[in-house]
Amino acid sequence: MWANLTESKSWRAVTRDTHIARLVTILLSLVLIFAVVKTEAFLNLRTWQSMAIQFPEFGLMALGVMLTMITGGIDLSVVGIANMTSIGAAVVMLSIAPRGADAATATMAIALAIGSALVAGTAAGALNGFLVATIKIPAILATLGTFELFTGIAILITGGKPKSGLPPLYGQTFAGKILGIIPVPVVVFVVAAVLIAILMNKTAFGTKIYMLGTNAKSAKFSGLNTTSLLVRTYMISGLYASLAGLVMLANYNSAKADYGSTYTLLAVLIVVLGGVNPNGGTGRLLGVVLAIGILQILSSELNMFPNISNFYRPLIWGGVLLAVITANHLSGRRSSHHIAKGKGPRQ
Amino acid sequence: MGKLVRRLTRANEFYVFLVIVALSIVIQARSGQFFTVNNLVDLANAMVVPGLFAVGAYMVIVSGGIDVSFPALASLAVYATTRFLVDNHYQGGLWLPLLMVVVLGAILGAFNGLFTSRLTVPTLIITLGTANVFSGVMQGALRSVQIPNIPRSMADFGTSTLFVATNPTSGLTSNMPTSFLLLVAVLAVAFFVMRFTMFGRGIYAIGGDESAAARAGFKVRWIKFWLYVIVGIIASLAGLVRTSMMGQMHPTNLLGMELMVIAAVVLGGTAITGGTGSLTGVMLGTLLIVVVDNSMILVGIPTFWQQFSLGLLIIVGTGISALQVARSGNGLRAVLR
Repeated sequence: MWANLTESKSWRAVTRDTHIARLVTILLSLVLIFAVVKTEAFLNLRTWQSMAIQFPEFGLMALGVMLTMITGGIDLSVVGIANMTSIGAAVVMLSIAPRGADAATATMAIALAIGSALVAGTAAGALNGFLVATIKIPAILATLGTFELFTGIAILITGGKPKSGLPPLYGQTFAGKILGIIPVPVVVFVVAAVLIAILMNKTAFGTKIYMLGTNAKSAKFSGLNTTSLLVRTYMISGLYASLAGLVMLANYNSAKADYGSTYTLLAVLIVVLGGVNPNGGTGRLLGVVLAIGILQILSSELNMFPNISNFYRPLIWGGVLLAVITANHLSGRRSSHHIAKGKGPRQ
Repeated sequence: MGKLVRRLTRANEFYVFLVIVALSIVIQARSGQFFTVNNLVDLANAMVVPGLFAVGAYMVIVSGGIDVSFPALASLAVYATTRFLVDNHYQGGLWLPLLMVVVLGAILGAFNGLFTSRLTVPTLIITLGTANVFSGVMQGALRSVQIPNIPRSMADFGTSTLFVATNPTSGLTSNMPTSFLLLVAVLAVAFFVMRFTMFGRGIYAIGGDESAAARAGFKVRWIKFWLYVIVGIIASLAGLVRTSMMGQMHPTNLLGMELMVIAAVVLGGTAITGGTGSLTGVMLGTLLIVVVDNSMILVGIPTFWQQFSLGLLIIVGTGISALQVARSGNGLRAVLR
């Protein structure tokens, strides 16, 4: 909506090389700091394994948020979807395979639970898409509302208490390690990211969502079915959020309505840091993946200083977000200055 | 008369009012407790803090933005004030806490305004960032904990009452807090500013069409900056009222309230796209949310339903508002623009 062509051109110019280069520099210097300050932990495989278990939780959510932001919207309900669907999965597992069930029942229960969680997540995303595309509620408000709604459903199912006592097989497979080295969550994340890459670069859908985000009106007049496009985008976001919920369910071995409450900010921060224009139309998957890496390393480095309390985390995330949007604004203004000259203020 | 009826039936506020009336009749029928003196006073009491917040949120939404940082802003301003005064064994009057809260609120609001007036990024993303900075400063840098003993003058303000309403049958009493006057005062000032000053008209103009407002001669940046300063002041006043009324400083008590307040503003007919909205609607929207919130206990619905029903209210409220915007010839305007 807000982005006009001049702006997106400048954004593309920034993101094509400079922005990615900047992100790579930040990532490498953070890794370097890590290597110097905590060499022992740096050389320990387990440090990297624990990172690889953690980041898929918010990384998967960020991928969904990225797609919605490229269309010019946003999805603030991802944490709500993740908690609601993981609680649903836990309920399905517990009702089919209570404590002490045999392996065959447990396997079936887990398969059913995963399937129903993914379906529920996609349906939740479809509701978001319907509200945004058909009812035309601004995405911010629609997804804030559904966040409350989904969290409310999660509270209704659990009564606000955690759901635990899952079949051990679930945690063993989903939070386990392939060949004893590679954690499963990171494999899930990589597969999910590759699928998004194919979707964005090799399909018409990918091209269309960029067009929709650049200029919704001209996309509509070019004959794109914008309603169906938006609904599908939010469905993917919902699907990925429920996948994140399944990873969280395995990592914590329980589900609760208020898990991952900081992830909304983190997902938005990652997507903006990754170079996606919050007004839609531009942004690259590579940037977002780099941003996920940066934030995970930053987070692990914060852990190395026990005297920095966890309460500083929101301050740091919020500060980084403000710094990034300010920097983007300044560099965007510099490169688009000669084009946008003589135009009124943009919204 | 016919003119009045036509005007009424076209106004959004009228329908919100009808919903409130219908809802209160249902609650009265189920519980027999709604139209009692002390329940009505309780509702007025519960409206003060969300009502103050809603005035600020309304001004931001009219300008075409959205602010999710005001609960964190209020918490930080009031926490810092209370901490400082308690540590220095402050025994004086209410003027100093009031002054400190207002100044801190203005400074934090200016921090918001600095970004919102200069960046083209959606204000939601900006205020999401500042909200976390504010709560991070409070919980991390100030190491916030519950402060059980707030300064005497604040506690006195919180417990002072205009009158006490007694339920003749059950004997239950409810206090009408003095702070209700503060809500009335803020409403009056906000009404005047939004209606009769260039600044207020500028907020409406920016929300309607920012480029048009700039070309009409409004200083868009200046207005946006001071708008967030004012909203910071109003929010911190709400925080002061809440802390005074609780008789203790509970740092995280307000956090998470932003959704309920935004829902109230939007339910009251303030267009989510900016440019239109009235304070009458905002107060009716707040009343509706407070009635729903308070009456769940009266009717006997478990509190587990609270979050679910709030989400539903937001979706239905914004949905109706969005459909109205679409119906009011926006399609045509979109082509012309």
